[in-house]
Amino acid sequence: MAEMGLVDIHHSVVETEATNRGYERGLIELAERGTDIVVMDADLASSSGTTEFRKRFPERFMDIGLCEQDMIGTAAGLALAGKCVFVTTHGMLAAGKAWDIIRSTICYGSLNVNICGADAGLSAGGAGGSRQSLEDIAVMRTLPGMTVVVPVDSVEAKKATMAAARIPGPVYLRFAASRVPIVTTNMTPFTVGQAAVYRQGGDATILASGVMVYQALKAARLLEDENTSVRVVNCHTVKPLDHAIVNRAAVETGALVTAEEGSTVGGLGGAVAEGLAQASRPTPLKIVGIGDRFGESGEHEDLLTHFGLTPRAIAGAVREVISRKRAPGVPNEGTRSAV
Amino acid sequence: MASTPIELRDITRVVRRDVLTMLLEAGSGHAGGSLSAVDVLVALYWQVMNVRPERPGWESRDRFVLSKAHASPALYSVLARRGYFDVRDLLTFRKLKSKLQGFPDMHKTPGIDASVGSPGQGLSIANGIAIAAKRAGVAFRVYCLMGDGEAHEGQVWEAAMTAAHHNLDNVCAIIDRNMMMGDGSTEEIVALSPLADKWRTFNWFVIEADGHDIERLLAAFSQASSVKGRPTLVLARTVKGKGVPFMEGKAEWHDRKLTEELYEEAMKALS
Repeated sequence: MAEMGLVDIHHSVVETEATNRGYERGLIELAERGTDIVVMDADLASSSGTTEFRKRFPERFMDIGLCEQDMIGTAAGLALAGKCVFVTTHGMLAAGKAWDIIRSTICYGSLNVNICGADAGLSAGGAGGSRQSLEDIAVMRTLPGMTVVVPVDSVEAKKATMAAARIPGPVYLRFAASRVPIVTTNMTPFTVGQAAVYRQGGDATILASGVMVYQALKAARLLEDENTSVRVVNCHTVKPLDHAIVNRAAVETGALVTAEEGSTVGGLGGAVAEGLAQASRPTPLKIVGIGDRFGESGEHEDLLTHFGLTPRAIAGAVREVISRKRAPGVPNEGTRSAV
Repeated sequence: MASTPIELRDITRVVRRDVLTMLLEAGSGHAGGSLSAVDVLVALYWQVMNVRPERPGWESRDRFVLSKAHASPALYSVLARRGYFDVRDLLTFRKLKSKLQGFPDMHKTPGIDASVGSPGQGLSIANGIAIAAKRAGVAFRVYCLMGDGEAHEGQVWEAAMTAAHHNLDNVCAIIDRNMMMGDGSTEEIVALSPLADKWRTFNWFVIEADGHDIERLLAAFSQASSVKGRPTLVLARTVKGKGVPFMEGKAEWHDRKLTEELYEEAMKALS
């Protein structure tokens, strides 16, 4: 997979960085290039990654205070006046508190507002369950016209930010506040709506988003030692999902695992299941995620382990779907609904 | 548009009749809050706002956001009578494939500057347009018509702070203070009074006016446009269902279905 320009995570020291930082670099580059952007934040600039932008482009920045709903509404007005707007707040405040305004004003009006859920997933860490956004992908994905992107690392986060500016309608970008492994490089291709195969394999496919792409690549490596060949796909765009690549994986490898840092209700796993169930051939599927529950306090890395978002857990899921593939028609005791 | 207050009063009668006809045809919709807003809308679209109905997208136009989106029949009639689209389209209100959706849709209706629907969201949108105008150094004004019941929504007060903080003197909000909401009197459900004082405390310039007195409204909007450094609220005291005696001041006419008999009676009152 040399053409993907990926970091060799198995043989080199893997660098880490918060994906929020990639967002910040993307915004700065957009402004430097003269794109007519306005960046808004709701009193979260110190962690969301807009502090440097504010310093360099004060005329393009606006801190609305703790008024997430008004921020989205004001962004709608700015977009109506021709601006490309990026609004920034905690994932759960954007996707949760401001959901109605995103729905009724931004999406219904097809406005050019990019909503950035910073500190999303479990990356709010110590803040615990009330501030960790695990349902944001699901609730954003239901909105007509919304594009949903979960970048794998800070390098991809910058590319996604810059790509969002070119998409005329609304985009939800999901970022992490804590350091996550850098898997891609500037050379790695990235196109919104096109999933990318990061590793070839024929026995099963792991479809992953965000930090789980790294965990999936590690899982594939573990399984390689068992002579199991696993394909790994970066599904950074959860909506519109690249159904072509998912269906090809289903046909060619016959067993799928999805892996995401979020609820197992309605996220990437849900999107894959919706498509797969309507495709021509039934394919065993296992959804790896946090389940139907809230998070809790802890370091990000410890939380990933606590909630089973590890290479080992993903590898276990792969073994399970492969066994179901080999015994078609037999219900598997271990495969209960994720819900 | 040079129109005398007497001519404008004639137009308000035409608009009120349109509203009733639309609601009868549609079989649903909001009479009370549409009729209370008619005089404000007529004053704005015939006299106050700088608009060109033949060019709805004209960049220098004043903008209008109908935050009390359920008053759409009144706005649609005003837009049609002002020449934005054919008056006959009014009869398609709320019907399948109509350009006149139950709540305004900017992609379907010429002259609608922002899609609205969920209560309490319009002022934020108006602020955003006004901020962009200020930053671009363009002089158009942004008008936003809100209902009084809408002031229960927290977002309204977030937006009120934003407009004042950013000195948005190009924003003019209007509250259609008809004292009624869907379930009854605003003061009985959750009291809003003293509403003018609330807005003054939020650093707005507040003008109180009889919302059915065209001359007084014109004077209020004229005064509003001369206020510098802060946004203006025109608190328009109105009567829900204005112009139709059996609807006036009755909360039940928020969205009650109009029958043929009552329609005839209402049209007689407005003849």
